[in-house]
Amino acid sequence: MERIPILQMGPFLLVSIQVDMHDQLAMTLQDDLTEQIVKARAKGVVIDISSLEVVDSFIGRILGNMAAMARVLDAETVVVGMQPAVAITLVELGLSLPGIRTALNIEKGMALLRHKLDAGGHRC
Amino acid sequence: MMTVSRRETRALRSSDDVVRVRQAVRQWAMAQGFSLVDQTKMVTAASELARNTVDYGGGGNVLLEALNEGSRRGLKLTFSDQGPGIADIELALRDGYTSGSGLGLGLGGARRLTNEFAIDSTPGGGTRVTITRWQCGDRR
Repeated sequence: MERIPILQMGPFLLVSIQVDMHDQLAMTLQDDLTEQIVKARAKGVVIDISSLEVVDSFIGRILGNMAAMARVLDAETVVVGMQPAVAITLVELGLSLPGIRTALNIEKGMALLRHKLDAGGHRC
Repeated sequence: MMTVSRRETRALRSSDDVVRVRQAVRQWAMAQGFSLVDQTKMVTAASELARNTVDYGGGGNVLLEALNEGSRRGLKLTFSDQGPGIADIELALRDGYTSGSGLGLGLGGARRLTNEFAIDSTPGGGTRVTITRWQCGDRR
């Protein structure tokens, strides 16, 4: 079955979505990620969406779900690399991704997670 | 005078078809000279409506039409299904309303992302939603 790979980098997990996901693939990713967070005892997740040319309300909901599930499992999520045209469209669609932390790229996302981990997991 | 320079119907039965329709709409929008932002808005609106057709309409199809009017070029999409229809269209267009598990942004979002929006539905008689977007974002 087709799957989005989840890579471990120290205490963090990295998910890079490189394909135009159909709905079932997005649901599978959501399940796989929650399992991996527990298995790897991950403290943070970076989701790279720089290759995604479309984020509609379904994918937006999946991103929100993943961040919420990670939070319940004591891991922070950062969504990185959103294309400007996608950001403009999302806001006009009525989706501002509340509760999702974002960063411009993977490097900045990782730095944000590392900073939070160094600060003793203190949450803002 | 408005003319249709190209016309094609595509089936919408599964979530794979939704992906294929997104890709087709992207290609058609590019061919019509849409900017990247305009392409993205049209593809996103198409994705919302295509999913509605599959999930709530029990499948159906979409008619793609490339429009020319003078120097203006546009893209018109008509989503049709023979599903249960929508009893209260005003309610269905409201943000946050959903009869399923979605966010309820599909119809209202698609209306905001396009220049022209029309919906025709009767309970038991299926649903037809038409959206049109013109390049340069004029006629807003």
